[in-house]
Amino acid sequence: MPERIIVPFGPQHPVLPEPIHLDLVLEDEKVVEAIPSIGYIHRGLERLVQKREYTEYVYVAERICGICSFIHALCYSQGVEHIMKVEVPDRARYLRTIWSECSRIHSHLLWLGLFADGMGFENLFMRSWQLRESVLDVLEDTTGGRVIQGTCKVGGVRRDIGQEKLDEMHRTLDPFEQQCRDLGDVFLNDDTVKYRLKGLGVITKDEAYDLGAAGPTARGSGVAMDHRETGYAAYGDLGFKPVVETTGDCYARCAVRVKEVYASIDLIRRAIEEMPEGPIDVKVKGTPDGEYFSRAEQPRGEVIHYLKGDGSKHLARARIRTPTLANIPPLVKMLPGIQLADVPVVVLSIDPCIGCMER
Amino acid sequence: MGIFQMTKTVLRNLAGGPATRRYPAVPARTSSLTRGHIVFDPATCRSCSLCVKRCPCEAIRLDKEAKVWEIDRMRCIACGDCVEGCPFGSLTMEQSYHPPVTEHVVERYTITYVKPERPAKKPAEESTKEEGVGESA
Repeated sequence: MPERIIVPFGPQHPVLPEPIHLDLVLEDEKVVEAIPSIGYIHRGLERLVQKREYTEYVYVAERICGICSFIHALCYSQGVEHIMKVEVPDRARYLRTIWSECSRIHSHLLWLGLFADGMGFENLFMRSWQLRESVLDVLEDTTGGRVIQGTCKVGGVRRDIGQEKLDEMHRTLDPFEQQCRDLGDVFLNDDTVKYRLKGLGVITKDEAYDLGAAGPTARGSGVAMDHRETGYAAYGDLGFKPVVETTGDCYARCAVRVKEVYASIDLIRRAIEEMPEGPIDVKVKGTPDGEYFSRAEQPRGEVIHYLKGDGSKHLARARIRTPTLANIPPLVKMLPGIQLADVPVVVLSIDPCIGCMER
Repeated sequence: MGIFQMTKTVLRNLAGGPATRRYPAVPARTSSLTRGHIVFDPATCRSCSLCVKRCPCEAIRLDKEAKVWEIDRMRCIACGDCVEGCPFGSLTMEQSYHPPVTEHVVERYTITYVKPERPAKKPAEESTKEEGVGESA
């Protein structure tokens, strides 16, 4: 039997934008076990809910993550609105959907770029980020911020998108989708990419379900779980079918994300077409008293905000479960049996967002 | 043909020129909504302190007695809540980002707004005013 050695992976590693540490137990070049350790960037944002008013905490919720920021704010606002029994106007629900999907597209394009970089495909990385830039431009034009939008608030949204801008967005969607499909074709059909990804880091449907995988990690293994199906914001009106792949390897997880970009473009198109007229917010009076589990679908999976109010203007407790935390056990299951050189690609394939995870 | 998927994009990029701009020689792209930094106009501020109340990160301080308005740029998250809430238009959002700094300095402004002199008051108004003052004291 070959000698076992332990190789540290992270917390600083070229493929990791954020710190997570894995102790890889190797036999020659083969991983036999991976031991994760987390907790490098804990910021105590959940505790902050007791220091900030419930309306102000939206800004903190948004800064939990720099990529899925809008959906964090949306999930938090939804929770408080539910506790306070506030009905959000239709137009606000549609606007929230549009911004959610924009942030999903830019997150997936960012991830596709990083993934291409992890595989060693520099050109594809540049191209993905070039496309992402056009989404960020739309977000900046409509909200004022590229990644921290700051438009969601308890009771609706802070900004409206004018009809002129909506028409312009609708016009640019078709060329943008074509560019995304050109890019997606490389990920889905290129031989070099396929050789690198197929059969790598496999996790079966049952394992993914039992280990509580979330988002594209679960859907790549054939678990058709997508919280958008439950119809929060305007998803109920627009109708939505989750993107599912069945092979459970890195290629499947990549394919899920590529196809989700197309699905998001389609959702934005329909949301713009069906955009109702009306107010964008309602006045929120009183203070939250009660508790609620608010859930929303982030690019990385399902996020849960547990909120508890005690009738004062500060919430008593917030607990946030982010999808990356749910995807760490599946990751630990994926790693044994693969070569050391494949570890960066497999780690990236769950789209780790450590800033989210440790809050 | 699996290995030539990228060729079309590469050729288009070769002909298309760079996608980036030569910042800072060419200014960064902004939109009319871009939240860069907050600009304060001391000539119109009436010290109502709504901005202080609305600021979620306690970046703004106001001393009504000394007529000093302060902003801590390192705390400010440029959310724009104060700009939306200012009833006198003293705060505006500028599109350019605030330049980086090397030390923590709180920006101070002395409010120069002078209350315009009111026209001569009628006797009835004066009496109500006096009552109000008495109550608050």
